[in-house]
Amino acid sequence: MDINLNFIYGHLPYWLFIILMLSGLFIVVSRGNLIKKIVGLNIFQTSVFMFYISIGKMKGGTAPILLEKSANSSAVIYSNPLPHVLILTAIVVGIATTALGLALIIKIREEYDTVEEDDIQKMDQKDLKKYNKKNVLETNS
Amino acid sequence: MVLVTIAIMALTLKHLFAVIMLSGAFSLVSAMLFVVMDAVDVAFTEAAVGAGVSTVLMLATMALTVRVQKETKRPIIFPLAVVCLVGVLLIYGTLDMPNFGTFDSPAQLHLGSTYLSITYKDMGIPNVVTGILASYRGYDTLGETVVVLTAGLGVILLLSGLKGRKDKE
Repeated sequence: MDINLNFIYGHLPYWLFIILMLSGLFIVVSRGNLIKKIVGLNIFQTSVFMFYISIGKMKGGTAPILLEKSANSSAVIYSNPLPHVLILTAIVVGIATTALGLALIIKIREEYDTVEEDDIQKMDQKDLKKYNKKNVLETNS
Repeated sequence: MVLVTIAIMALTLKHLFAVIMLSGAFSLVSAMLFVVMDAVDVAFTEAAVGAGVSTVLMLATMALTVRVQKETKRPIIFPLAVVCLVGVLLIYGTLDMPNFGTFDSPAQLHLGSTYLSITYKDMGIPNVVTGILASYRGYDTLGETVVVLTAGLGVILLLSGLKGRKDKE
């Protein structure tokens, strides 16, 4: 494979989308706040969408809306409509999952009184210890 | 570039209000990018759903929970390593891809042009994306509405449980 300027220029968009996606991933993995995690997930998702759309793009093409009813489509270049359809569906599903995640966050906050992952884990471990102690006592008696 | 800046700012800021607003701005800028890449329908949806609805939902969640993020004390090295590994693998994967915007890439050669030529004959709608979404992939779209319905039901069930619990206490 020859790596020249043309190759780099042609692949730069993909690499930018990958960097964006990685920053979303990093927010999800490294930050403890649950709302921030959802924001990171959204960034991740949108960059994947951009990547898909970039696959369907043609140089000098236009949006896949037919210009003239009688005109033959060979005269005008249209970008590939299939990724667009796929991503339209994905965006709507994405907002559905986001809504569900946010509802879960509200529920978690109600139960634990915090939305920080570290605090939640600490409380869980405390509860677990208490539970284990109780069980040990019961089995002994 | 703007998008990368926004993502990094969302990473470092602590006030959740600012983070959520940045997320909305991110969606809006990405909608512009979709227009540049000829995906007007996607841009439309992204601007309405990503920048509008999801920002409102997040703001509502923030209002119901907390406004400021706590300092995280966990080590940063492990996430960084994971992210770098994934990045290297993905960039390695793109090396085999055709250049951005080429005509003869495998993605462009088969179905896309077929749909472009038959959609108007079959349906008489000039917008090919709408044609495919509503007709050729009608069942897919039906499934999508089922997903949205399920999510809505889930949200309602989760949040209605809240009030019942409060009443009991």
